[in-house]
Amino acid sequence: MATIVLLTCTGLGLGALYFLVASGLSLIFGLMDVLNFAHGALLSIGAYGAWWAAGGNLPGAGRSGFGFVLAVAFGTAVGTLAAVLLELAVIRPLYTRPREQILATVGVGLAAPALLSAIWGSDARTFPGPVALSGTFPLLGAAIPVNRLVLVAAALVLLVALRLFLGRTRHGLVVRAGVEDRSMVTALGIDVRKAFTLVFAIGGAAAALAGALGGLYFGSVDPGQGTSLLIFAFVVVVMGGMGSITGAAVAAVGVGLVQQFANYYTAAGLGDLAVVVMLAVLVLIRPRGLTGRLA
Amino acid sequence: MTSQLTGPLLTVRGLRVVIGGRHILHGVDLDVAACGITALLGRNGAGKTTTVRGILGLVPRTGSVLLGAEETVRLATHSLVRRGIGYAPEDRGVFASLTVAENLRLAERVGAGEPDYPLVHELFPELRTRARQAAGTLSGGQQQMVAIARTLLNGNRLIIADEPTKGLAPKVVTEVAQVLERAAEAVPVLLVEQNLALVRRLAAHCAVLADGRTLHRGAAAALLADAEALRRLLGVGRHGADAPAEAQPRTALEPTAPRPAAADEGRPAAADAGNAARTAGKEATP
Repeated sequence: MATIVLLTCTGLGLGALYFLVASGLSLIFGLMDVLNFAHGALLSIGAYGAWWAAGGNLPGAGRSGFGFVLAVAFGTAVGTLAAVLLELAVIRPLYTRPREQILATVGVGLAAPALLSAIWGSDARTFPGPVALSGTFPLLGAAIPVNRLVLVAAALVLLVALRLFLGRTRHGLVVRAGVEDRSMVTALGIDVRKAFTLVFAIGGAAAALAGALGGLYFGSVDPGQGTSLLIFAFVVVVMGGMGSITGAAVAAVGVGLVQQFANYYTAAGLGDLAVVVMLAVLVLIRPRGLTGRLA
Repeated sequence: MTSQLTGPLLTVRGLRVVIGGRHILHGVDLDVAACGITALLGRNGAGKTTTVRGILGLVPRTGSVLLGAEETVRLATHSLVRRGIGYAPEDRGVFASLTVAENLRLAERVGAGEPDYPLVHELFPELRTRARQAAGTLSGGQQQMVAIARTLLNGNRLIIADEPTKGLAPKVVTEVAQVLERAAEAVPVLLVEQNLALVRRLAAHCAVLADGRTLHRGAAAALLADAEALRRLLGVGRHGADAPAEAQPRTALEPTAPRPAAADEGRPAAADAGNAARTAGKEATP
């Protein structure tokens, strides 16, 4: 029983991480038809930003209490900035050339981790989390790491915030309409490029937050972390239905849980495979993903 | 605003559109009068929709598009539209997953005055009662109402409606025609239309396209009265001679004349019925 509880909580934590990455990816694809292979790089940038700040390099930031919150906020801000720059400098000039756009994001996705390893080395660096978050708490006989809870809380906050943004604000309305028919949005006199930049900023912030909190989850940061998480985030996006936030949330939880349980009860690594099989089966049965949107 | 005497509101000259290496428009010339309805006619595939999309910059285009005195061919679509154009596209362009109210809210222009909901709700009371319904669950006619309502919400200088009666039931065609007639009292309209009876009833001016070029420009009544010109420009009239003078609505799929304008126009109306039947293949959308 304790094992099942622990696996469930860890799976939910992993799912939360996937959701943080996949939500932005899904919105970006849904609105802009851009497969952002550089999304993992944004995650890595967020992770290193938080790690660098928490390591005492940023005045006021540190590894405990408010200092750690500041470090995570710093990492998130750097990732958001990187996302906006990416959209303005790389994605925007290539709007009419989707193939080159994909190649460019792949390039950034390779270059950013390379740059990170050039500066800080390719080895994993210990992530200095606060003591309060490195402990465990008892739940139904299992000792659950506190950081899983932090991840799930962050993912829930993001889910609620995104749903409020999409459902209640004019920008959100523009994004939802743009996911359906971009050119009609411009034909109503709306500059859809502003929505593109906004969505990139939101997606980048979520990914960078995932990087910063992923440091807690894994206990370390390394340049390739973002890229390996990105693969599962893409799986989540396709399963959830492109452009659907709720779909991404459901798929993220499913993928996280299946991966954890399969990796524990069968051979390690089979869980990762099981996720891909799950994706294949779902796409065969429901080509439009869980929410019925075209994948 | 532009007065009736100062010439056309929209002046299109030498509009060319190339998509994927294919020349779709080879130089379209078109004037939209500063008042009333200007009809854009032509057989299927003549380039009517591409002309409209080219004017709006929804497809890459070259040439000259003057709105009033301002050259707009280099403007992005949203900037041009914000200068006062309402556009109801061929497929209605309604956002299916958004509610009716959200579709209308999206068309509001921030910082461009109060949106005219009283007018919209007066013309389409149904849109108020269905405000919270997803637009994708509306009938074709109701979706067309949303599309037209979006063009009426802002004090636009020009309305462009691309085949607004396509695929609608005859009764709804009449309703749409009434709304267009009413809208045209305040705002000039560029109307792409295959239904010649409707053109006869609504349009003052017309332009005829064929193979991406302008074949004819002039008064709508003069063209519609000239059976020879109609046959030459639109291929109309060979099959319609025996049709009943008072064209009756037949099926929902045929954009039949809602009502011939007058009894003494029996013969041309019959010709229209023939045209409607001939072009019904393209129009018949579910």
